[in-house]
Amino acid sequence: MVEVGIKIGLSITQIAVVMGVVLLTVMFLTLAERKVIGWMQDRMGPMEVGPYGILQPIADGLKLFFKEDIVPAGANKFLFSLAPILALVPALIGFAVIPFGPNLTVEIFGVQFQPFVISDINIGILYILAFTSIGAYGIILGGWASNSKYSLLGGLRAAAQVISYELNVGLAIVGVLLLAGSLSLVKITEAQAGGFWHWYIFAFPFPQLFAFVVYVISAVAETNRLPFDLPEAESELVAGFFTEYSGMRFAFFFLAEYANMILVSCIAATLFLGGWNAPYPGTVIERLGFPDFAWFEGVVWFTVKVYFFLFLFFWLRATLPRLRYDQLMRFGWKVMLPIALGNILITAIAAYLFPVGK
Amino acid sequence: MATLVFFYFAGVIVLTSLLVVVLRNPIYSALSLLIMFFHVAGLYVTLRAEFLAAVQIIVYAGAILVLYLFVVMLLNIKREERYHPQFPFGAFLGLTILTEVLLLAYHRRVVNEPASPLSHTARTLPNGQAVATDVAPAAGNTEMIGEVLYSTYLFPFEVASLILLVAMIGAIILAKRDLFEQREG
Repeated sequence: MVEVGIKIGLSITQIAVVMGVVLLTVMFLTLAERKVIGWMQDRMGPMEVGPYGILQPIADGLKLFFKEDIVPAGANKFLFSLAPILALVPALIGFAVIPFGPNLTVEIFGVQFQPFVISDINIGILYILAFTSIGAYGIILGGWASNSKYSLLGGLRAAAQVISYELNVGLAIVGVLLLAGSLSLVKITEAQAGGFWHWYIFAFPFPQLFAFVVYVISAVAETNRLPFDLPEAESELVAGFFTEYSGMRFAFFFLAEYANMILVSCIAATLFLGGWNAPYPGTVIERLGFPDFAWFEGVVWFTVKVYFFLFLFFWLRATLPRLRYDQLMRFGWKVMLPIALGNILITAIAAYLFPVGK
Repeated sequence: MATLVFFYFAGVIVLTSLLVVVLRNPIYSALSLLIMFFHVAGLYVTLRAEFLAAVQIIVYAGAILVLYLFVVMLLNIKREERYHPQFPFGAFLGLTILTEVLLLAYHRRVVNEPASPLSHTARTLPNGQAVATDVAPAAGNTEMIGEVLYSTYLFPFEVASLILLVAMIGAIILAKRDLFEQREG
């Protein structure tokens, strides 16, 4: 009974730490995005709150918290309140299976404990796909419940877009799964140990370069970010599915969008760029004679890779104009889907001809 | 404990399935269907079939039901007009199935007399679990499903995929009928 208690206590601590880090990252990202895009457009970005504008996220958060919460007349009140929660929860729940660092097992008070992954389930990647697909409900229902034409159009666009590009995300991942022979994110990361030439983006027998490109583009589309942000295209739909939202409910949608960005960045880093593995065999800290602290290097590499993807999101936003809706659909179904399917075919043949260490 | 979990899932499944039919607002029907899909996935997890549970949510909740919602919102169905013309047919069908269920239940009770229906369900659940753990070793049941699908059940699997292909081509031809007629004319 005591053991169960310790186990639950450890898990809750772990969940709290991960949620805290994710939400802090979101806070940081809201500032980083404005700063990075500002610099790319030869501006300063926010400068007023705090030294060099670094307290801007706190000001934004307070403003959203104290804003009046408006429910439009004729809106479906129950679904209007439910939608932001349905958008946020699936975005946060996916972090449960992401390995943030080396697969250590520590014993605390006689209980086996993995400090760097909340739950190593053997269908990890399917679990994430399942819950990201639930995120679409928040957007659709939010759009419908607002009782506004702009919101409804935004919600319907989002539904079509998320379903189309989710398919490409799933198919792009299959190549990696074929090479790794596992659905567990921990095992997939471990299979990529020993230098960057073992990462699945470069790995023998068939580098997953095409799958990687398809995955990144589809992930940007799935998170509704520019250049694929048609569900909230401000030049046509005011703000799309969250036109009628304000205050904390708006903040939930906002958090969900950024949490989703972090989640897809984590998945991309784990599946294609070796997760917490350094780009060289072993770790520097271990060679210096501190093998007990080698995990630190793994966590740092994971963070670097995730932030690379997050920067890519900002970079794309500052560079590319928005697609038209028919262009978006044609691109998804007629360009990305055949590439992803072809990649699966060739990877399957390659994995059959050159089976790697099973 | 396992029985308790089973009855929770089963109860919610029955309740939400009823709500799907009874509720007048099609959006609420779709939402209770969503809750039902999750609880069916939960049942799969208690049977150690995690792969099926994940696929259940990805395919049914993540794709098919979203499309349902999409259609319901586009058509903007009026609340009342759905039921009345179907009522006699529905009542006939319901009565037939109810009779069938009652006959089956009666027959089963005659076959194994001492077992009451309640203890019977309680007994099959641990059985089912034992079978599931035998089939799925520690390696995970995803590999097992793949192997069984491509060896023992290869023929039904291929037939099912062919049927899906036919349905897909059929849908394209129905939707793009004007395209083909133009080419002929």
